[in-house]
Amino acid sequence: MSMRLFVSRDAGAIAVGADEVALALKQAAATRGVAIEIVRTGSRGMYWLEPLVEVATPQGRIAFGPVTEADVPSLLDALASNTPHLLRLGATEEIPWLKRQTRLTFARCGVIDPRSLDDYRAHGGYKGLERALSLGPDAILNEVTASGLRGRGGAGFPTGIKWKTVAQAGADRKFIVCNADEGDSGTFADRMIMEGDPFLVIEGMTIAGLTVGATKGYIYIRSEYPHAVEAMNAAIGAAKRGGYLGDQIGGSTTSFDLEVRVGAGAYVCGEETSLLESLEGRRGIVRAKPPLPAHHGLFGKPTVINNVLSFAAVPFILAEGAKAYADFGMGRSRGTMPIQLAGNVRYGGLFETAFGVTLGELVDDIGGGTLTGRPVRAVQVGGPLGAYFPRALFDTPFDYEAFAARDGLIGHGGIVVFDDSVDMRRQARFAMEFCAIESCGKCTPCRIGSTRGVETIEKIINGERVSENLALVEDLCNTMKFGSLCALGGFTPYPVLSALKHFREDFAPIPTTLQAAE
Amino acid sequence: MTAVFEPWNETRGAEIIAEHADQEGATLVILHALQEAFGYVPEAAIPMVAQALNLSRAEVHGVFTFYHDFRRKPAGRHVLKLCRAEACQAAGGDALAARAEAKLGVSLGSTTPDDRVTLEPIYCLGLCATAPSAMLDGRLIGRLDQKRLDALVADAQR
Repeated sequence: MSMRLFVSRDAGAIAVGADEVALALKQAAATRGVAIEIVRTGSRGMYWLEPLVEVATPQGRIAFGPVTEADVPSLLDALASNTPHLLRLGATEEIPWLKRQTRLTFARCGVIDPRSLDDYRAHGGYKGLERALSLGPDAILNEVTASGLRGRGGAGFPTGIKWKTVAQAGADRKFIVCNADEGDSGTFADRMIMEGDPFLVIEGMTIAGLTVGATKGYIYIRSEYPHAVEAMNAAIGAAKRGGYLGDQIGGSTTSFDLEVRVGAGAYVCGEETSLLESLEGRRGIVRAKPPLPAHHGLFGKPTVINNVLSFAAVPFILAEGAKAYADFGMGRSRGTMPIQLAGNVRYGGLFETAFGVTLGELVDDIGGGTLTGRPVRAVQVGGPLGAYFPRALFDTPFDYEAFAARDGLIGHGGIVVFDDSVDMRRQARFAMEFCAIESCGKCTPCRIGSTRGVETIEKIINGERVSENLALVEDLCNTMKFGSLCALGGFTPYPVLSALKHFREDFAPIPTTLQAAE
Repeated sequence: MTAVFEPWNETRGAEIIAEHADQEGATLVILHALQEAFGYVPEAAIPMVAQALNLSRAEVHGVFTFYHDFRRKPAGRHVLKLCRAEACQAAGGDALAARAEAKLGVSLGSTTPDDRVTLEPIYCLGLCATAPSAMLDGRLIGRLDQKRLDALVADAQR
């Protein structure tokens, strides 16, 4: 019997050499005359251990990592003779970082072959759809609503209510749109799930279609994610062949079809109305709301538009029941959140856990502090539009309302860690600069405000009339926050104002004595 | 692994446009397909797309210029994209970007005079737990440091 090995095909693993390791394993095994089978999975999300190599044993999978090409001969020796190896991490499931997670959405990611429909089904896939088909639309809506699931893209709008609105809308056609334009720096959960468990996204969207009466869905994936595009297209093809997309899905009378559309490098297209414009083939200019996409969405038809992680949470809710999901979490944030630890962090990766864990636990305990070993000074939570938090706020629990109460947001669950070498003036300027680059240009506060913001922060950095310019930036932020059409202009003030508020020392005017000395 | 593109050819362009024109909201799909074939979107293709989709030239031009991905002229033989977003900044990306600019003698967003390398910023490759990251002609590279960057730049100059 051949030995089964597992190596990730996740873009994050490939970027650090997973393809080379897989190839080296294959070649070395062939040279030795050892029969091996290499399954290319998604990533377990422990990126400091990538490339991770797992081997199937009667006791479960044993992990080794991080493995380089040079380690391959000694690794094969150790496997053949069952002797210890320096990179041996023990049973994968027992690795504490993985074991302390609650993986509801990411249960299969890193475990199964993302190209195999059979593997998906063998690991509980399509149980949610089966139950959904037996329940019917009204009961599905009750389940999704009772689960407390809120939009995982960042806005946190209750998914059940959104779906109900579309279900009740009368129209000849309705659409399901999956927002996979994951542009926030520090986030990669959408990419991971599309690459590691793409059928899950398909199943979630199919359930949505069944619920609201839509027969066509689009997945809008950003062009920066070619591996995710490939994985989703392969899975859609397999699902069609397996009778899970197309006419009479899963043997029912319902039909549902899916298509991948690729973005073209515009961050603003992550905003739902801009995304719809882009899907329709136009400039990604934000639409004023109302009308809501639920009433007047893609091609003017009622449309459910949700983030990848929202759709990916639904199959579990249907398969295991709303209560099983809602039992996790705190307050109005129910269930789990796939949190992404990134930037200058020792143990970076995907950590799915129930809401309520504190920011400090995530950064210091789970993330292990910085990779450079220097003290953590700031963390940006929720992408380029999220606030910078200082250590003093590390007791904030991961929860939509708790972050909002402290002038921040959890967004798409990304946490970017910075050490004490960070210059918060530069981070504040970058926030404005990014907004200026990516603004769609429709509303003035965002289009002009961001450019004026860059200029004014530049003046502060150069020590020009610092107090006056700081007041000007704060005033400008207020205008952007309350006057912008969408979250790009509206939330850019979060990183800027939080930098000003919590890291004021970085913006302090140069004392006059020093100026005189220059 | 240099991408090989066809030279612009009107008949071929028309074929590509016709292949996708029936899809709903086809503009981006067609622009992507044209760029995939020719390496950029030739100016001459814009009115052809407009006619096929019953749009004005201005509308298609507007779409073409809105998105960062679409090129109005061919890129260098190799395209090196450096992630310039926050997670990579936190992991030392600023210094690496400056180093790449110095080594290639061009700033981000431009092509070397010999047309060998186009150096571009990219705002997030989603490799934020193995930052800083880069992409050379579609090949992903994480955990970038000076040594790996120098090797990448050398690869790109080949």
